[in-house]
Amino acid sequence: MKSIPLKSKHEALGASFTDFGGWEMPVRYTSDLAEHHAVRTAAGLFDISHMAEIFVEGKQAADYLDYALVGAASEISIGRAKYSLICNEDGGIIDDLIVYRLGQNAYLVVANASNREAVVAAMQKRSSGFDATVKDESDAWVLLAIQGPNSVSILSTLTSDPLDDLKYYAISESEIAGAKCLLARTGYTGEDGFEIYIPVESAGHVFDELVSAGSAQGMLPTGLACRDTLRLEAGMPLYGHEMNVDVNPYQAGFGKVVRLDKPGDFVGKAALTKLAQSPPAKMLVGIAGEGKRAARADYEVFVEGSASPIGVVTSGALSPTLGFPVAMAYVGADFAQIDTPISVDIRGAVAPFTVVKLPFYKRAKN
Amino acid sequence: MINREGLKYTKEHEWLSIEGDVATVGITEYAAEKLGDIVFVDLPKVGSSTTYMKICGEIESTKSVGELYAPVDGEIVEVNDVVSGNPELVNHDPFGAGWLIKIRFTELPTLLTHEEYAALTGEG
Repeated sequence: MKSIPLKSKHEALGASFTDFGGWEMPVRYTSDLAEHHAVRTAAGLFDISHMAEIFVEGKQAADYLDYALVGAASEISIGRAKYSLICNEDGGIIDDLIVYRLGQNAYLVVANASNREAVVAAMQKRSSGFDATVKDESDAWVLLAIQGPNSVSILSTLTSDPLDDLKYYAISESEIAGAKCLLARTGYTGEDGFEIYIPVESAGHVFDELVSAGSAQGMLPTGLACRDTLRLEAGMPLYGHEMNVDVNPYQAGFGKVVRLDKPGDFVGKAALTKLAQSPPAKMLVGIAGEGKRAARADYEVFVEGSASPIGVVTSGALSPTLGFPVAMAYVGADFAQIDTPISVDIRGAVAPFTVVKLPFYKRAKN
Repeated sequence: MINREGLKYTKEHEWLSIEGDVATVGITEYAAEKLGDIVFVDLPKVGSSTTYMKICGEIESTKSVGELYAPVDGEIVEVNDVVSGNPELVNHDPFGAGWLIKIRFTELPTLLTHEEYAALTGEG
């Protein structure tokens, strides 16, 4: 397994580790539930350095990304970000990404750890003919995420940047604890927060300062276990569960991300154009249950009157914040309407669930 | 205060406290720690029979589901209802308030001593 740069700091904080996408990652420090609740009520600090940072630069960086990805990167304003997808020629999803525009001719594309090699290879192949370079700089960066209602007040003790000016889905150069980094108002928890891209050399110091500043405001170091329940409650997909190469954006509910209207060709355009013409046969939905038994990935979904399954769960858990089971599932389009009653086979026991709107949890606006 | 050394154990990380012909059964701290935060406990009904090493219940954590194996043949005479509403008791006090079931048995199978169980979990 690969190690993240700050591994010894996490060991010192008592982290247990797990293999995630070939990386040895902190999975929890104290308790999954305590860490989940800390993010929702105070703050959590995640080290997600396993993610891939791919820098794209050049006079045709924007045109190139319009071709390589399904979205319109050329329309992103400088200092802003957009969620996007990279698809193959058949319209299958290779990865989901965040695309940050750093300058007129400079972008940062962040990919999932498990897809790093595939995304870098596809992006480099697709750059041929464009005045643009694609550089995988993942090993040079540590990525920390501070998430939770106290994120601004904690981070503001370490920077003179006007954090209120950095709006949701914006990015800027910043100085945190004296170290130059890229600061983004993005996250994967449904809470307010920041993702901090720090050059490896300064990351240890920034991490220590964050832990210290955060401890006075209820922040806990938080691992991948609570990260999964947080993103699930927020209705966010996890590649490998809700998405894979056999799933197209329309099935996953991300048809809006595909800009069929952008001028010029892009990889997957023909297939996606065809797919967009008819409603998908299966669709990703949110489902909510009763009691305390979680519907988990790969459990089958049934509907009254059908002996065969009409769907399958992709992710699920007993929601720590809401107190009832929540899950995402692919179901036949006929059963995807909100309020459709369905059931899930939970290890031989039939449990009633209902199709509900995503997200399950939305933070209170202040 | 439970005397852990006076308990019997199974390879499936259960402990037994034996009084007469009734065994009180729970899971060990080792098992609870491995499971993580326990969020749901599914216990057999009072009056149902148990078969040695057959699954008689489930202990579910945020991340996984652990099986509860009956450590003896017998009949369930009591079930810890408090744990049903407060599954976190199994994490906080696995040898005390987190007990799970009581089984009336006629014969005890071979069970592990405290030393043998500690050796099994590498804590000897």
